[in-house]
Amino acid sequence: MARITLDGIAHSYDARSPNALQRLDHVWEQGRAYALLGPSGCGKTTLLNIISGLITPSEGRVLFDGSDVTHLPTERRNIAQVFQFPVIYDTMTVAGNLAFPLKNRGVERGAIKSRVAEVAALLGLTQDLSRRARGITAEAKQKVSLGRGLVRADVAAILFDEPLTVIDPSLKWQLRSKLKAVHRALDLLMIYVTHDQIEALTFADEVVVMKDGRVLQVATPARLFEQPEHTFVGYFIGSPGMNLVAANVADNVAHVAGHAIELAGRYPSLPDKSTVLGFRPDYASLVPDGGIPVRIRRLEDLGRRRLARVALGPHEIFATVPPDMPIDGEQAGLTIRQDRLFVYANDELVAGNRR
Amino acid sequence: MEKPYNNRAWLMVAPVFALVLFSALLPMMTVVNYSVQDSLGQNQFFWNGDGWFRDLLNPSTEIGARFADALLRNLSFSVVALLIEIPLGIAIALCLPRSGWTIGPLLVIIALPMLIPWNVVGTIWQIFSRADIGLFGAALTRLGLHYNVTQEPISAWCTIVVIDVWHWTPLVILLVYAGLRAIPDAYYQAARIDAASRWATFINIELPKLQKVLVIAVLLRFMETFMIYTEPFVVTGGGPGSATTFLSIDLVKIALGQVDLGSAAAMSLVYNLITLTLCWIFFTIMTQLDRRRYA
Repeated sequence: MARITLDGIAHSYDARSPNALQRLDHVWEQGRAYALLGPSGCGKTTLLNIISGLITPSEGRVLFDGSDVTHLPTERRNIAQVFQFPVIYDTMTVAGNLAFPLKNRGVERGAIKSRVAEVAALLGLTQDLSRRARGITAEAKQKVSLGRGLVRADVAAILFDEPLTVIDPSLKWQLRSKLKAVHRALDLLMIYVTHDQIEALTFADEVVVMKDGRVLQVATPARLFEQPEHTFVGYFIGSPGMNLVAANVADNVAHVAGHAIELAGRYPSLPDKSTVLGFRPDYASLVPDGGIPVRIRRLEDLGRRRLARVALGPHEIFATVPPDMPIDGEQAGLTIRQDRLFVYANDELVAGNRR
Repeated sequence: MEKPYNNRAWLMVAPVFALVLFSALLPMMTVVNYSVQDSLGQNQFFWNGDGWFRDLLNPSTEIGARFADALLRNLSFSVVALLIEIPLGIAIALCLPRSGWTIGPLLVIIALPMLIPWNVVGTIWQIFSRADIGLFGAALTRLGLHYNVTQEPISAWCTIVVIDVWHWTPLVILLVYAGLRAIPDAYYQAARIDAASRWATFINIELPKLQKVLVIAVLLRFMETFMIYTEPFVVTGGGPGSATTFLSIDLVKIALGQVDLGSAAAMSLVYNLITLTLCWIFFTIMTQLDRRRYA
């Protein structure tokens, strides 16, 4: 049970190279599920290892419930970690694996036995307890590694480092819902590293989106979708990602490829080169008449909805095709929901002044 | 489509057959030939059946007693050498750094003894262990130890063991080090999180993961220690008395010293069979253990 505070954390593996993790302040609240989302090499695992104590950060402090644990070794922090590849002790049975962390901490035998039985029941491993851990499936092995974290009654947080990588796709869903159930049952802080947005968005209460060692946005899945604060977030989350087109923004009008688009707010003068207008395909739809004239390149029928790949001047964007709209010819109009239009300068969201 | 079947293709493998015939089969058959015949010289042979074998395997005969003693000596030597080299090799490999610039030079230094030919190793140690001018021998003598390779059976024995350990522990170190490097970091990290002691980490992570390289290390070291020849030949000459007369040394004495070809041939075959059988047993036990773990 704990909240974990990162106070000005930064890390670089090598003094000469740029930071693997740039300065970061964040509070991980007790009982919540977080996901660290980002492409490979963005510093997710580094951040996770700093929290678990496998890495000591070059700068900043890590606080568990207000006490400084920055230089405390992993085994003295109340942290459990599940790795990308299942780590199990080949020499032991499943029960032996689950009992191992308690045995090492000198817990009394009877207590170990009941605790192991409890955790095994929670994870659905009861019938495997006496089996050799080496012979069980990858999915069960991941459950055992998770179980080794859960048996410790004092565990403050469970960290997952892409735990579903080696799991059979058909079983991923099952294991993920198991994790969710465990989270609900135990009221633990969980931090989950992944590069799969579906995993992140379904697992977490809050998602931390990272890129190049920098945290771009921390928000609920819904907010990441509705109001991305960085072009990368807009582009990375959602399928297809946000449409991003170069624009000239003056006051409350954006000029895109010669067309004027009215914005919901007023904007100060912005640099021409890096100013970008962003809107999700879900909020841009084609209309037979009116709107901004676009040329249809291709239609994609996704079953539940239809998407069109259209050309807006030199830009290629995605737009939703209303269910009842017939498509004939190449020409169509585009309308975008005004409150879902965002302006980015240097990739960062610029807030407009609402009238 | 029917596959063309042409018996002339056998001609293509004929050279290999010929080569194997000359390199392995013919010399081997010569030994078999000697082992079932007796000769009174002048290249006259007559049939002796399993006579040589019966003498050899009967400890109450002179040759049988010699063989039994040498076999026992050789087995104890192999066991002692393995018991020292394997744990020592594992221990040293565990102490080596996992990365960094020091590891390259370190491995080269460790591997150096392996690059020296057997008879050179023997010669080095023959001089090294001399009580008068050898550094090792003289140092031990100064310390007041009763050390003399040519007169003390225990000194001779220990020296041969030390030579083998010095010469071949590096092989075990290199094999084990390679095995250790193949263990992913996550295992060590998980062990730290589980608060496993160094010993528990070794027993539950490192040792099981090393099993495969250890099978190879044990097999190689067993075969070589069981066939040891050059070092005792050069350093002790099999003595003092017959304290270091291992199987191969005895074999050469019988075959070339006494020109007792029948006994020597029978002994070679039995010797060969023992080595093969023991290796097979080792291999089977260690791979079976592995399979049972997976089940």
